[in-house]
Amino acid sequence: MKAHLTRRYMFSAAHRLHSDAMSAEENRSTYGKCNNPYGHGHNYALEVTVSGPVDEHTGMVCNLVDLDEFVQREILERFDHQNMNMLPDFEREVPTTENLCICIYEIVQRGFRPAHLEKVRLEETMMNSFEYAGSAEVRK
Amino acid sequence: MVYLTRKAEFSASHYYHNPEFTPEENRRIFGKCNNPNGHGHNYTLEVTVKGEVDPRSGFVVDLKQLKEILNREVLDALDHRFLNKEVPEFFKQIPTTENIAIAVWQRLSPKLKAAQLHRVRVYETPDLFVDFYGEA
Repeated sequence: MKAHLTRRYMFSAAHRLHSDAMSAEENRSTYGKCNNPYGHGHNYALEVTVSGPVDEHTGMVCNLVDLDEFVQREILERFDHQNMNMLPDFEREVPTTENLCICIYEIVQRGFRPAHLEKVRLEETMMNSFEYAGSAEVRK
Repeated sequence: MVYLTRKAEFSASHYYHNPEFTPEENRRIFGKCNNPNGHGHNYTLEVTVKGEVDPRSGFVVDLKQLKEILNREVLDALDHRFLNKEVPEFFKQIPTTENIAIAVWQRLSPKLKAAQLHRVRVYETPDLFVDFYGEA
């Protein structure tokens, strides 16, 4: 039997939305107050969904300890209480929550072995969230 | 096709233990969930059904009927129970959130007539949930 397991994590980080490819005026009109040169921050809520057959010996899709350790080491330690514009991951890309969502998906996809990564969902605030499932459609 | 989700809550205790594993393996794999006296959660259940909207009633499913089925087949059996000892599915299977979602699906699916079961979501805590879509 195949099940999907979702775990939720929190981290806080700063960013500034600014593209070197745009003029100062374009940056302001595109990003509005998110273009403020000193940056600003959010409490992000991250949901990682993995899937796979439920192991008949453990009753689990994967051991949560393994997922928690991976996300702690590879995601939370990388982004929590950081300014994302200063990180190598966003040297060339604007740290919008879309790009951050894709970036997190790719890190988990590359490195997490115990179960299949289904989807990453990222809430920037309680009012907006983003979902990325790689080449697959986001499942309802 | 329209999807309708009904939410319910139940509280239950459980522990994780596989008699085929040694005590050390049980402790290593299940950690503090292996405590044989059990521990509890407030579970939140979301049941999603899908179907066409009936042109006369405007309903995908009669919510009153869905609620009755949910109460009878699931909540009466699981709420305020020690899952390992009181719910037959878990006499042999470990009552992980994964297996609870599958058990809820298997209890509901044959009882639903008008609408088709689409998804069972079980939250063990606000930070952990499992979705089951009836896939083999």
